[in-house]
Amino acid sequence: MTDFSQSLALIAAEELLTVVGLVLLLCAAWMGDKASRMISIVAVAALVACAFIAAPALCGGLMGPERVAFMGQYTADAFAAFAKLLIYASGIASLIVAPRFFGQVGAMRAEYPILILFAVLGMNMMVSATDFLTLYIGLELNSLAAYVLASFLRNDERSAEAGLKYFVLGALASGIILFGMSLTYGFTGSTNFTAVALAMDGTLATGALFGLIFVLAGLAFKISAVPFHMWTPDVYEGAPTPVTTFFATAPKVAALALTMRVALGAFGTQVDAWQQIVIFVSLASIVVGALGAIGQSNIKRLLAYSSINNVGFLLIGLAAATQEGASAMLVYLAIYVAMSVAGFVVVLMLRDAEGRPVEVIADMAGLSRTRPALAWALAAVMFSLAGIPPLFGFWGKFVVFQAAVNADLIALAAIGIAASVIGAFYYLKVVKIVFFDEPANVVAESGESGVDALAHKVMLLIACLFISPLGYLLTPWLGELADKAAAALYFVG
Amino acid sequence: MIHIIAFYLFAVLLIASAVLVIMSRNPVHSVLWLILAFFNAAGLMVLVGAEFIAMLLVIVYVGAVAVLFLFVVMMLDIDFAELRAGFVKNFPLGILLAVVLLAELVLGFGAYRAGTLKLGEADGTAATIAGRSNIESIGALLYGEYLFLFEAAGLVLLVAMIGAIVLTHRERTDTRGQNVSKQNKRRAEDATVNVKPEVGKGVTL
Repeated sequence: MTDFSQSLALIAAEELLTVVGLVLLLCAAWMGDKASRMISIVAVAALVACAFIAAPALCGGLMGPERVAFMGQYTADAFAAFAKLLIYASGIASLIVAPRFFGQVGAMRAEYPILILFAVLGMNMMVSATDFLTLYIGLELNSLAAYVLASFLRNDERSAEAGLKYFVLGALASGIILFGMSLTYGFTGSTNFTAVALAMDGTLATGALFGLIFVLAGLAFKISAVPFHMWTPDVYEGAPTPVTTFFATAPKVAALALTMRVALGAFGTQVDAWQQIVIFVSLASIVVGALGAIGQSNIKRLLAYSSINNVGFLLIGLAAATQEGASAMLVYLAIYVAMSVAGFVVVLMLRDAEGRPVEVIADMAGLSRTRPALAWALAAVMFSLAGIPPLFGFWGKFVVFQAAVNADLIALAAIGIAASVIGAFYYLKVVKIVFFDEPANVVAESGESGVDALAHKVMLLIACLFISPLGYLLTPWLGELADKAAAALYFVG
Repeated sequence: MIHIIAFYLFAVLLIASAVLVIMSRNPVHSVLWLILAFFNAAGLMVLVGAEFIAMLLVIVYVGAVAVLFLFVVMMLDIDFAELRAGFVKNFPLGILLAVVLLAELVLGFGAYRAGTLKLGEADGTAATIAGRSNIESIGALLYGEYLFLFEAAGLVLLVAMIGAIVLTHRERTDTRGQNVSKQNKRRAEDATVNVKPEVGKGVTL
């Protein structure tokens, strides 16, 4: 019998999440929806505790065989820790914003925090996966929880539609990934990333190439990259806004980290085979994301296209296929999470006089006169998403382009920069509506008070400070952490 | 010799019952033939030394899936005559698909036999332990090397269950359940009142 004590110590965060999730499930069953606030608080506490478990691995830049658990199926290195911290932060944000939103329609239920916890558990497995089986089970655990969360407002037609669409297309993508994995296994004889990379070295068998492409296509669906992006605007619009906040941040981080591990780890010896695909997907995502957003009248759809656009920029870092590129992607991801959280918290704070959420962009006209603080926050988010220099969003794009240029992908970087100008158009359009149009007087003049409203304001303040020019003070620290994480990703034992 | 006789027995019965599944007029008989087909497939699996799969076939397919089919067939009002009409109409398409699949199989096996298709070598982690049955080997793998993934797969099922309940469970308020303690606490004097109605006045209840 093998000794698992070391492995079990490495998956401490997963164990904690599982136990807390199961205990809270029992609490939910016995105490009902009255206990949902208490359950949310415990869930947030559990995620904070997990962050404290992950932080030392990142700060210490841990990597190597002593961080590998269960015979190579799971790796708790600095790279995984970086992604996990971002996932925990997104999870905490979407737990905090939920009670007020669901309370308004009387649909806050105790299962919401529990499903978020299990989704986070699945994402933990995804970012730590160094075996195709761990990858798949983590992905499914996350996706199943996500399908349910998308249709959480079951009396709302749009929410049900979002859940169903997400489920059908997500199941198709899972099938594509599984097919790719089976081909890869058949032609390399292993599901372990290191062993696959070793077996793929040299000339690539056609079957293995098919496997590689199917796996990457399925992952492109999960990160909603063009041409597998169709579901994103519908799901983001239909899902309850706290859930959309979650979708735009945590699963994106997890799926991108997973894509990095698969592309640079398992398929790391066949960079030529996938580099062109990633370049195409990245440019297509930038252009389609930017053009698609122009005609949108709903802010959640706009942010969905913006996330497609951002994934394109992130994939430029992957196309570079260097350690620098991986590090740049991680920096961008951290900034992207802050921008998305800030953007969606603003959307959540926009309510009309009866307390109903305001999602139509035209209704935000003249917001600067009625709610100046909110208008400035929205402007900061839009400028940051557009990558306009004094704001921190620029830094993310800058490091990614720098990595591409250093990897001799100058044409890619140039087209990317040119395409980001198209994106700037619709971001600036929102700013114009908010600041210069005649007030539509739809949004209620003053926000309500209370603990939940205060929590929204505090979160918005933190996220806005992060994406403001003050964020540049963090660049050395953030860059160092991302470098450590990227070094762990590139560690060859 | 007994091997070969058993193989042909199971194989012939399997194909015969499979044909009868689609040929029989009564859908309930179809399901019963399907169960027979599963049993024969299980027999074939035992012959090739995969007793774990044989057990799965009997327990999962016969025990659960086929019984479920039986329930569905008996509960749902399906017009089988209409379905069969569709079968005749789509028959050429079905044959075409079958031919394509067969061609793919022949091509694949041909390439593999000719040596142009080189598959990967298994690294041996999942090989049967020498001198043990394959049930023991699968158990050792699932609860040993793949313990983490096995438990995580359990969580996937749990999340699916939570999801089903979250999306479909509704607290019914319009039904009147029995409250036993309230019934027991009730006394005759709470339930009956003596009134003396005056003529032409009626009673207030």
